[in-house]
Amino acid sequence: MTKTEVLHNLKEKFKAQIIDIIERSTRRIYIEINSCAIVEIATYIFKNLGARFSIASGVDVYSHMEILYHFTFEDINVVITLRVKLDKKKLEIDSLTSVFKAADWIEREINELLGINFKGHPNLIRLLLPDDWPQGVYPLRRDYKEWDKNAIRDRGV
Amino acid sequence: MAKKTIVPIGPYHPLQEEPEFFTLTVEGEKIVDIDVRVGWNHRGIEKLSESKSFDQSTFLVERICGICSTSHPFAYTRAVEDIISIEVPERAKYIRTIIAEGERIHSHLLWLGLAGHFLGYNTVYMWAWKLREEILDVMEILSGNRNNYAMFKPGGVRRDINPDDIPGVVKKIDSIIPTLVMLKKAVIDDPVLHARTKGVGVLTKEDSISYCALGPTSRASGVARDIRKDCPYGVYDKLEWDMIVTQNGDVFDKLLVRVLETFESIKIVKQCLKDLPKGEIDAKIKNIPPGEGIGHIEAPRGECFHYVLSDGTNRPARHKVRAPTFMNLPTYKATVIGETISDATIILAAIDPCYCCTERVAVRTLKGKKIYDGQDLVKLSQEKTQKIKDKMGIK
Repeated sequence: MTKTEVLHNLKEKFKAQIIDIIERSTRRIYIEINSCAIVEIATYIFKNLGARFSIASGVDVYSHMEILYHFTFEDINVVITLRVKLDKKKLEIDSLTSVFKAADWIEREINELLGINFKGHPNLIRLLLPDDWPQGVYPLRRDYKEWDKNAIRDRGV
Repeated sequence: MAKKTIVPIGPYHPLQEEPEFFTLTVEGEKIVDIDVRVGWNHRGIEKLSESKSFDQSTFLVERICGICSTSHPFAYTRAVEDIISIEVPERAKYIRTIIAEGERIHSHLLWLGLAGHFLGYNTVYMWAWKLREEILDVMEILSGNRNNYAMFKPGGVRRDINPDDIPGVVKKIDSIIPTLVMLKKAVIDDPVLHARTKGVGVLTKEDSISYCALGPTSRASGVARDIRKDCPYGVYDKLEWDMIVTQNGDVFDKLLVRVLETFESIKIVKQCLKDLPKGEIDAKIKNIPPGEGIGHIEAPRGECFHYVLSDGTNRPARHKVRAPTFMNLPTYKATVIGETISDATIILAAIDPCYCCTERVAVRTLKGKKIYDGQDLVKLSQEKTQKIKDKMGIK
């Protein structure tokens, strides 16, 4: 399957869910989609098109949150990124753990660093942050002020 | 029903230098469940990178890991170059490939040594690390550093390779090949290694795809994916080399893939040194426009992935780093459960989790005292073994 066919198939199949397609270069394509369609589209890309899930990046872009799901198509040498925009008032999206196991850890990471809830994740506990890190403090958010330096010092770290 | 017991490994791993915490649930000798806790070494590099300039971040990501100290800058600089849509000069591409492959050789040798160590086979450990020394010397000649080479910058490389050094480097690389061939035979034909690694910790092809395992971990399970072949960067598409894929997915196959890849890497380095073109080594980037870029490369452990978002200032607005171990580590769940506790250490080590080790020895010349080289030490150790055998009456 060539790059044009992949894009054509995606456009045909998910006409209502795709908001925008940007080709930044021949090897990098960014597709903005509705957040409710993520499981459906990711399943199609992973299972039917045979792509590999590289990783997801959570980004706080001031006005809203974004999650970028990067899929590498090794056969055609293209990285397709699914962009999902989330309203800061309602930070939740469906978990992809049912589609591929690789989503497990990165969803836990985005959850603790940006505070996005992944619905249907089997075990949404902390991955990297220590147990005594305060609840509700998300270090990768733009409004994060370095959390209480004294507390860190008093812990003897 | 047998009684369940919990065996903790970590957070200070008794063998590996990196802190990680495994909880093995066992029934007798058999492992029935495993849980992994990471984050003991979390340094907030992604957050830190947002406060550094694009140039400084290259050095920052270089320090994520002492072993893959080329992979991260390589992926990062490619991501930045992707934002600008710039091509680096041909000579810079060759130099980047040489450094990246040199790193792969020393990283695979390091793992091979440690794998021997985990199995209680310390001869392999000593031989592999002795060979690795030669490669580190080569890297020192080429870049000035044994680790953390500081060769990369967005747009090219920082330091040129001196043409006068090349014959010496080629000679040094050639000199390790006979020992490497011997080591390969010793590893592949050894009945003890077979007994310890064959059919142990099998990662099936389906699991490998579902966990999105990377690098040698997935290639040992029959998944023929390699960023160097599939999404060529540097000059990999101009060189002759083979992707190593095996089918069984056990620890032995992971070992085999790494040993054979070392030979391919030597082939790549030698071709690059032979074909090294003349010319510029830096595309001289002035400023970085707003935009986003993705860079991914094949690190020794698998695909290393960087995403960089630029808002037009001199600092990245967001920098996502994904090291290969992040995807390989969760495969423990598929490989360890059902095995015995004595096999757990080598299965856990078989994905080559990333750790730093950069110790070095300096030998000073003393007048009148004999300096032992490698050959002398081998001879001495053989003599000693013979003495012990004689003493015990073993032929």
